[in-house]
Amino acid sequence: MAIVRAQGLGKTYRVADKQPGLAGTLRHFVNRRERLIAAVQDVSFAIEPGEFVGFLGANGAGKTTTLKMLTGLIHPTSGTVEVAGCVPHRRQAAFLGQITLVMGQKQQLIWDLPPLDSLRVNAAVYGIPPAESRRRIDELADMLELGDELRRPVRKLSLGQRMKAELLAALLHRPAVLFLDEPTLGLDVNAQARVRSFLADYNRRFGATVLLTSHYMADITALCPRVLLIHEGRLFYDGSLETLTQRLAPCREVRLELHAPLGADVFASYGDVEAIEGREVRLLIPRERLTEQVGRLLADLAVVDLSVSDPPIEDIIGRLFHRGALA
Amino acid sequence: MRPPLAQRLGHARRIAAVLLSSQYAYMLEYRAEIVLWALSGVLPFIMLGLWSAVDAGGGLGMSSLQLARYFLSAFVVRQFTIVWVMYTFEEDNLTGRLSPYLLQPLPLVWRYVAAHLSEQATRLPFVAMLVGLFFLLYPAAFWWPSLASVLLAMLATLAAFALRFLMQFTLTMVCFWSEKASALERLLYLPYLYLSGLVAPLALYPEGVRNFAFWTPFPYMVDVPARILAGETVPVLQSFAAMAAWAALLLPINLLLWRRGLRHYSAMGA
Repeated sequence: MAIVRAQGLGKTYRVADKQPGLAGTLRHFVNRRERLIAAVQDVSFAIEPGEFVGFLGANGAGKTTTLKMLTGLIHPTSGTVEVAGCVPHRRQAAFLGQITLVMGQKQQLIWDLPPLDSLRVNAAVYGIPPAESRRRIDELADMLELGDELRRPVRKLSLGQRMKAELLAALLHRPAVLFLDEPTLGLDVNAQARVRSFLADYNRRFGATVLLTSHYMADITALCPRVLLIHEGRLFYDGSLETLTQRLAPCREVRLELHAPLGADVFASYGDVEAIEGREVRLLIPRERLTEQVGRLLADLAVVDLSVSDPPIEDIIGRLFHRGALA
Repeated sequence: MRPPLAQRLGHARRIAAVLLSSQYAYMLEYRAEIVLWALSGVLPFIMLGLWSAVDAGGGLGMSSLQLARYFLSAFVVRQFTIVWVMYTFEEDNLTGRLSPYLLQPLPLVWRYVAAHLSEQATRLPFVAMLVGLFFLLYPAAFWWPSLASVLLAMLATLAAFALRFLMQFTLTMVCFWSEKASALERLLYLPYLYLSGLVAPLALYPEGVRNFAFWTPFPYMVDVPARILAGETVPVLQSFAAMAAWAALLLPINLLLWRRGLRHYSAMGA
């Protein structure tokens, strides 16, 4: 049975419509105009317990609005939503104790105090006995590689340390459903990798359900077997990342290193030339002809090295959003 | 099924203890700022200087000593009834900090109540020092209030704080609809200043104004607790009943606006 279920979910915002300049300001002052913006429209999906799902979309696509509706922070304009058997916007204690939402790095930790002070508050709020909360803090701190940082004022922590401490605070009550909005945003590559491996570990160890939005495709490819794609407020893909890649990228990328540079016309019969830089060539070859063409390339040309890969997922999705060819 | 009452009380006690202790630790980080706030609350002393200079009390049945004790008491009461929830809430709303708090199974108001009480505890030593300094400069005004007056004044001050907090928190709900709702509080500060007894004891006001004032909640926020502390005669039961009536009026409005506000909440900045 699904632990997250959205049916025909929609959210419309009323926003001020003001022209620029002094005249626009005066007109807006005496005759305030507003227009309706449909941030999310008719979104339906279901997530099973323990699933790790990526939520993709360009800025303003409706990801965060959807997350806010799923957590009950905002009321949907239309449709229904159910999370952990509860209607989120009713904000029952039974619901709030089962979910968490992480948005950015400056959230629930008290800025001027060490994270341990905020963790004490969270433990009391969620009714976690002191001994159990100490055990959980140790366990999560160990998973997140946090030590003395928990005793330093939050304002003195690096961005990565702060994010990890925020995660610890958000997960202390061991929620069954995690909504993570850009948890690795702004972190360096090492910190991103640590947060990523922690999330995978947490999902495995506690069977938690995770819905993750991220602009870093490495997060999505490393963690999410399933993705939801949203564009201009509408969901247009719900399925495996692999299928999405195959569906949207019918070609695979072949990288060649040659003995000597060759002209682009030489490669026309093998596939589409993506780039030629001296002795290095990148070709796009349709998946169904890949074996045959790679065999020909190796037989026909003086190849020093050859590798085959999928084009980066961010390129695929970027092209997709750019094209607008979504259905 | 709800847990037994004893368990719920134990849970509430634990939450109160950790909220108060963490907020107290947080306020201590800002002790210098709190000293400045305490110092900025010396308006009653300025008014004492002004009224004493024109001997306003004499003609209306208040001796200079009574006037001094009243304004000192008003200063103390004011220090423990200062409410700033609207400004914090407005900032939390705009910066997105409200969202994680709203997702925790604890009514948001208790965080702000704990912050105010902790700030008062941080303020206490500085207030005591200022009171000591006052008596050093004006030893004739020194008096020992009776234990009953002190206890009653403490109760009245606590009730005044609760009423002022409830009133401002009710106005704070406008933050759900407006990004600059604190302008309302600034507007409300004028009648508060004039009718609460901060600029003069209400006993010195013309009868018509005084009668009108007691139909508003403001005199119960400074004048009444200050007069109790200063040893003046106060209709205690009537005053507490008036505070309870105002609270009974404001509480349902507050709850209604809170529910409506949550429906309107757009989780800005998050």
